[in-house]
Amino acid sequence: MPMLPDSHGRFGPYGGRYVPETLMPALLELEEEYAKAKKDRRFQADLAYYLKQYVGRPTSLYRADRLTKKLGGAKIYLKREDLCHTGAHKINNAIGQVLLAMRMKKRRIIAETGAGQHGVATATAAAMFGLECEVYMGTEDMQRQALNVFRMRLLGAKVTGVDAGSRTLKDAISEAMRDWTTNVRTTHYILGSVLGAHPYPMMIRDFQAIIGKEARKQILAAEGKLPDYLVACVGGGSNSIGLFHAFLRDRKVKMIGVEAGGSGIVSGKHAARFSGGKPGVLQGTMTYLLQDENGQINLTHSVSAGLDYAAVGPEHSLYHDQGRIDYTYATDTEAMAAFDLLAQEEGIIPALESAHAIAEVIKLAPTLKKSQVIIANLSGRGDKDVQQVARMRGVEL
Amino acid sequence: MSGRLETTFQRLRDKKEKALIAYLMAGDPGLAETEQLVVALEQAGADIIELGVPFSDPIADGPVIQQAAERGLKSGTTLRKILDSVKSLRQRTEIPIVLMLYFNSIHAMGYEKFCTAAKAAGVDGLIIPDMPPDEAGPLKGPADAAGLPIIFLLAPTSTPSRRRLVAEESHGFVYYVSLTGITGAKLSNVTDIHQNVQKLKKVSASPVAVGFGVATPEDAAQVSKMADGVIVGSAIVKRIASHQQDPAMVSHVAEFVRSLKTAMAEAAR
Ligand SMILES: Cc1ncc(COP(=O)(O)O)c(C=O)c1O
Repeated sequence: MPMLPDSHGRFGPYGGRYVPETLMPALLELEEEYAKAKKDRRFQADLAYYLKQYVGRPTSLYRADRLTKKLGGAKIYLKREDLCHTGAHKINNAIGQVLLAMRMKKRRIIAETGAGQHGVATATAAAMFGLECEVYMGTEDMQRQALNVFRMRLLGAKVTGVDAGSRTLKDAISEAMRDWTTNVRTTHYILGSVLGAHPYPMMIRDFQAIIGKEARKQILAAEGKLPDYLVACVGGGSNSIGLFHAFLRDRKVKMIGVEAGGSGIVSGKHAARFSGGKPGVLQGTMTYLLQDENGQINLTHSVSAGLDYAAVGPEHSLYHDQGRIDYTYATDTEAMAAFDLLAQEEGIIPALESAHAIAEVIKLAPTLKKSQVIIANLSGRGDKDVQQVARMRGVEL
Repeated sequence: MSGRLETTFQRLRDKKEKALIAYLMAGDPGLAETEQLVVALEQAGADIIELGVPFSDPIADGPVIQQAAERGLKSGTTLRKILDSVKSLRQRTEIPIVLMLYFNSIHAMGYEKFCTAAKAAGVDGLIIPDMPPDEAGPLKGPADAAGLPIIFLLAPTSTPSRRRLVAEESHGFVYYVSLTGITGAKLSNVTDIHQNVQKLKKVSASPVAVGFGVATPEDAAQVSKMADGVIVGSAIVKRIASHQQDPAMVSHVAEFVRSLKTAMAEAAR
């Protein structure tokens, strides 16, 4: 397998750097600095230190016996990214990028956030290093993830609502890009998923790849063999590529990415890029997009703010075309059922995003033999979603 | 082949004038008004029209142009309809028209199909704010074949090597972005603009036009002394926005454009 991306930031036909000229020098600088940091033992030692002592890595690979029994098929393991400090995998990337920002002597950090997990992770890392932090968030998402808005503010970040377009993640990214274009000399933009212009998709994948590196060792220790399936939800695609990456060369390991099916594909209210989209350019990268015949970006819908986005990371687009990874979707209803099931069978309340991965496990496990093994990525915990779920069920808290 | 852009810059050079490039969002409030505006702004002194194609996610634009794009989309404006409008305008005017559009609009239509259709309609150049020269490869062939120049942007943050790259790749003119930021921000640090344009002119065979942040006749006058052309966008679009229901909208906007051109002419004296 060739090294991906190539020197132009391409994953086959996908990826690249479709940004205003104002940002090109900053992207080139970031690429160069990241290449240096990658080879710098000191940087890697710092990163390893914070991941271990601050984030709490390695996260466990938990054998979910009751869920396995209930579904009556393959043995199910959960990679517990929900146990990371701040409650999701997003912190793996935030710590890495804050360390990079320090190297580049940029003291102001900006980020976008959908579910609020990346915003919280960035605000946390910025607080820990004493950096100024501003987070852009769609006003629709601010409403459904109010708890995370408050958490970011507690951490000293400024949260700026974005009241344009769909008022969700996509619009928050555009606004963060505009801020970065304006303040690029003093500011580092910490993008939260494997999206945007090169080097972001590569760099964020590398920071998240620790998930799969750990999981590979852990499953070999526990089972003495590689898993048959990996399952993860796909918003931008960072927790999924993070789990999958260390297994890409293991041809027998099947991988399934689960997108947000929303109210169903025919309804048009979803965020399943590989079911309803085609290639195009959005926010710096060439990839599969939900768009109309004129190239206007469609509004998306998902119960889960972290999956509610019109584009997917460019590396996923390549693996989709190559057939290396299968992409499917779970609807809002399926995700909600998975949310309840995991809480009741395993005592784990998953993030609504992660519940999409569990929804696929519920479909897949019973079709497999008891000797087969599935690892599902539990990308985050559900505390942030409890309020929203209560509201949806008419429960007043 | 000498296109309308080249002819216009030559004519202005002969008269010792600078080009006033007026930006309009196509379809704001409707394409019929856009066509009236093009004709009226030419009469008021605009030398080149930059016609924005509304896009749902315009990352290089500030709130004024974002909202204009939303109005354009709401009025049902599509790239095809805009090309039809340009074609019908060509029966009335020879003013150079360059399209300012985001990459995905072209990608969705197809590179070849778009370039052929744009040229046939009478478009004179392309400004694609999210396509740096590094990503222009696949579009360059079809654009060259159709004889459509691509105008690249240079920014205050650009390094000397990028300045050379942009100057080399840009045809028609080079668009110097006056500030580190998005459209509609306030003009700042005129000395920097002057120095950067000087450096750019040394390596560029094409004329240099300066845009982003030029909002008043005074700004236009000041910037026109430094460059071959001045681009005014948000300040025009703002006037269209605040006169949406006004039957005198077109003449109001034309009046503003006239004041820009007058200030530039005085500065040239
Ligand atoms: C817990 C959790 N999982 C998954 C996602 C989706 O992002 P990605 O696909 O980049 O992992 C998010 C995004 O906000 C999230 O908070």
